[in-house]
Amino acid sequence: MRVRRRIIMILLIFFCFLLQSTLFQSTFAVADVAPNLMVILTVSFGLMRGKREGMFVGFLGGILSDLFFGSALGFTALLYVIIGYCCGFCYRIFYDDDVKMPVILIAVSDIGYGTAMYLFQFLLRGRVEFFFYLRRVIIPEMIYTVVVTLVVYRLLLLLNRRLERR
Amino acid sequence: MKKKINDSKKSKYIFVTLCIGCCALVVLSLASDMSVGPLKYVSGYVITPIQKGMNEVGNWISDKGIYLQNNVDYAARCQELQEKVDQLTAENTELLADREEKERLEKQLELSAQYDYDKVGARVIARDSDNWFNVFTIDKGSNDGIEVNNNVISNGGLVGIITDVGPNYAIVRSIIDDYSNVSAMVTTTEDTCIIAGDLRLIDEGKVNLVKLTDSRDKVTVGDKVVTSDISSRFLPGILIGYISEISMDSNNLTKSGYITPAVDFRHLREVLVIKEQKAVSGAESSLKKAVSKETEGLVNDSTEDSTETAAPEEATTADNGQ
Repeated sequence: MRVRRRIIMILLIFFCFLLQSTLFQSTFAVADVAPNLMVILTVSFGLMRGKREGMFVGFLGGILSDLFFGSALGFTALLYVIIGYCCGFCYRIFYDDDVKMPVILIAVSDIGYGTAMYLFQFLLRGRVEFFFYLRRVIIPEMIYTVVVTLVVYRLLLLLNRRLERR
Repeated sequence: MKKKINDSKKSKYIFVTLCIGCCALVVLSLASDMSVGPLKYVSGYVITPIQKGMNEVGNWISDKGIYLQNNVDYAARCQELQEKVDQLTAENTELLADREEKERLEKQLELSAQYDYDKVGARVIARDSDNWFNVFTIDKGSNDGIEVNNNVISNGGLVGIITDVGPNYAIVRSIIDDYSNVSAMVTTTEDTCIIAGDLRLIDEGKVNLVKLTDSRDKVTVGDKVVTSDISSRFLPGILIGYISEISMDSNNLTKSGYITPAVDFRHLREVLVIKEQKAVSGAESSLKKAVSKETEGLVNDSTEDSTETAAPEEATTADNGQ
């Protein structure tokens, strides 16, 4: 049943990417900021399924957004792979009913993602006001992502259980 | 137990390989113009239609939201509007007289259409998936004759430039994006400057204006800024926006400030893509001529010559655009 699982995962990643680049960017954007669904997916599957799954999800999602919108192919993918791998460490100490752990990890990952984005895409071009970017993009994105997590995480949990039962 | 250790070692190897792979990809794509041709076709025919559909749903939802909101205060507005109708009817009769006069004057001037290029309309279907850049996808691509470096306009103002093209989609980098730089010109004095997008100013609805050489000190707030004749990628004379703030730089040579773009980037749904590229084929040879003349001390005259010979028609369209 591994093939089936893989196919469902890939479809899920595609679906999240599409959702994020269309609906969440226009209709459901709050304060001009969209939540980072890809971080939610990567962290959740890193937690629920371990390092390898987390890396796989992160790599695919990252490459997808790089292909479409990225300035350097592979950069976002690298960030998501690192996030997926790090979250995989918590796989063993994690009870999946508990929503606190994923929320904290997603918040930390999203801030890490935003900071890395700032460091490599903005600071290197001489944009030094880190606190502006923190206030304008990183923190709002993190809050919105956490709020979305509270809903989406339960759905992902259900999906994962159903997939594991088969 | 041993198996577990092996397992974690294995994932470590996968992790390291993936990281190195990604880094290699980053270096490769930055160093060379790596083409992802076949992948583009797949994504173009699979992802673009879905994005189109989802975007439609989003638009529908926001339209419905507005519709409902409007219904709530409908009754109150009805009264208001009736009063306005009376007022406007009175004004209308006045305006009709004015219009006749205007039409007569216009005929005398024979104002031509503002941008007389071959254009194609397109819909915005998706935006950059994270919050750092202002890049979006439109639903027309190379099948409709769009090429990389085509200019994109909307409501008569410059929106951005095509950076990537697939068979049925194209990626546009807008002028407010942090990476964007546009060579521009102030119409009143014909001084050149650079319009540089900046994420910090997006909320205020402004764009940076830098390196304005205004030695006569005549540029003022409210002046019109258009794309310049000397830009290699933007067609000349396309309206960018109006100066909203201007001040002298600390070097006392150039000025900088902000402009308010003519396009409302927040509510961008449809854009027009100009299918003509700026012709710069003759520019290089005339530039060489200019360089050779430079040794004879005719710098100013010859550079002016070269721009004129390189783009004679564009200069005239720029005049019409004003």
